[in-house]
Amino acid sequence: MITLKNLHKSYEVGQNKLHVLKGFDLSIEKGELVSIMGSSGSGKSTLLNIIGLLDTYDEGELILDGDLIRNYSDSKLRNLNERKAAHLRNATIGFVFQSFNLISFKNAKENVALPLYYQGVGRKKRNRMAMEFLEKMGLEEWAEHLPNELSGGQKQRIAIARALISKPKIILADEPTGALDSSTSMEVMELFKEINQSGITVIIVTHENDISRETERIIRLKDGLIEKNIKNGFHKSPAEKPKILQTA
Amino acid sequence: MRIFDADRWQEIFSALKKNRLRTFFTAFGVFWGIFMLVIMMGSGSGLENAVGRDMGDMATNSVFMWTQRTTMPYKGFDRGRHYNFRNGDTEALLEQIPEIKHIGPRIRGWSSDGNNVVRGERTGAFVMQGDYPAYNLIDPVGMKSGRFVNELDIRDKRKVCVIGQRVVNEMFSPDENPVGEYLRIQGVYFKVVGVFESLKPHRGEHENQIIYLPFTTLQKTYNFGDVVGWYSITSRDNVQVSVVEEKAKALLRQRHTIHPDDERAVGSFNLENEFNKMTTLFAGIRGLIWIVGIGTLLAGVIGVSNIMLIIVKERTKEIGIQRAIGATPWHIISQVIMESVILTTLAGYIGLVLGVGIVEGVNYLLVTTGAESDMFANPEVNFSAAIQALEVLVVSGLLAGLIPAYRAVSMKPIDALRDE
Repeated sequence: MITLKNLHKSYEVGQNKLHVLKGFDLSIEKGELVSIMGSSGSGKSTLLNIIGLLDTYDEGELILDGDLIRNYSDSKLRNLNERKAAHLRNATIGFVFQSFNLISFKNAKENVALPLYYQGVGRKKRNRMAMEFLEKMGLEEWAEHLPNELSGGQKQRIAIARALISKPKIILADEPTGALDSSTSMEVMELFKEINQSGITVIIVTHENDISRETERIIRLKDGLIEKNIKNGFHKSPAEKPKILQTA
Repeated sequence: MRIFDADRWQEIFSALKKNRLRTFFTAFGVFWGIFMLVIMMGSGSGLENAVGRDMGDMATNSVFMWTQRTTMPYKGFDRGRHYNFRNGDTEALLEQIPEIKHIGPRIRGWSSDGNNVVRGERTGAFVMQGDYPAYNLIDPVGMKSGRFVNELDIRDKRKVCVIGQRVVNEMFSPDENPVGEYLRIQGVYFKVVGVFESLKPHRGEHENQIIYLPFTTLQKTYNFGDVVGWYSITSRDNVQVSVVEEKAKALLRQRHTIHPDDERAVGSFNLENEFNKMTTLFAGIRGLIWIVGIGTLLAGVIGVSNIMLIIVKERTKEIGIQRAIGATPWHIISQVIMESVILTTLAGYIGLVLGVGIVEGVNYLLVTTGAESDMFANPEVNFSAAIQALEVLVVSGLLAGLIPAYRAVSMKPIDALRDE
């Protein structure tokens, strides 16, 4: 599903160059539930952003769902590639952020429906689908509420619904529980496991052991390289049958 | 992706509606720029129209000449001598100065006792004016019925008169038609052949009291001999009236044995000079209005651009989110463009309508209450200039939104997302 070969990435910080990823090799299969851990500055968020086409890389190869992703920072190809990147972000990838990143002046339903708007899906249909996903999240009563009227857990579930509505193949979550209390974190984690059960590849960046323990594979980064790549024995499939995406 | 689908409009209006404050400020900048420009153009034209109208239809290429006392001794004559224009002067002027288009020799009748006009029980005191038909081409009056003095009246010295509206009001009852009736003017009966009303709104009071008689009739009837009171002269279309003025004065000095350098012996009033002064004044006022107008417009442009810059800056994170969930660059840029164009157009339109509304309202009030004065009348708006100003605002708002929007889509999405 995702293959990285000898990936390099560095940032310019003032006069210095900060080499964040130093020849990174990684392969993630379809349907995996992976967590990426590491201390801050280890490059875990950078890695996720590159996979999600939010950031560029300097050297190496990124193959996403069989597509070799050209480095779209190349200015000649940028417009073309940025359009292609936008389509990939829309249809193949779903993002979940620590700070939710909902659009503040749109209500829950409009936020969830937004990716479909960019696909050109008609308003009636996308509102109907948005309501379906909100129902699955148990948030149908909150459909008309603005993000600032909702709790953190509710906001994150709306963000997850938004990530799922375009039926992506990959869900990328950057510290999705970082702003939530522990019981809400666990609920959200259960959601990710259910999503994974439906066949979607899920990659979660986290620094919480409680979260990574729930995943199948833990990739631990240190100084821009993989320190450990552990198959997780603690991982358990959810007790009930997956309900997310069952009817969609 | 279509630009004009319902979703897009819904998207735009919800974005505008949900961000009331910034919408309001952007709109207000555009609104105010256009509104002030329209009001100023209206005021300027009101001033210009008032003064322009005060001149009526008077020919601007005209000069008026009269006799004064000589101020220099010449060929044995002492200074301080009185003299009169004569009928012979009229012929000489016409013969020797081809640049003259119309010449109106004039003479004013006078009476020692107050009421010089009688009709049955009614009496009144009015000014009598002996004129040629040409005078109505130089300083026209508006004929309400009948006609002005004509060539036959002059040739046959007919006892006819053309009377002003005031004369009609005082000498006739409202249901009477004055044309064909007779008036006794200083003991002599004259037939009324025409009624006029002044074309000058503010000096009409005076003009409406005049009784015009054929020049020759007045000269003969009241024993003026061949004396001419004064001349009204217009120049041919491509000749400056000052040229005619100088030539006529030289000729008149020569004919009346006046020193060629005696400037004050022939008095004159050159309307062209006055008109030029006024034209210069209005060019100045118009220039000022343009300077202030462009200033206002510029302030509006800067205001709108500023707000658009802030808006897009403020939206960088929002744009980052949109890109993360799959909005293409074109989608974002077109959204920003449409929002700014719709907002500025709408606000500008409201400013235009309100400005024009106020100018027209003032105009209506001035007309209905009769408050039009020498200084302000009939304000109007140069509509195409206002529309052009609006276009400038819309384009500048668009560019101002476009540049930061373009920057927001050309940066990496992650940088846009991190923007706080």
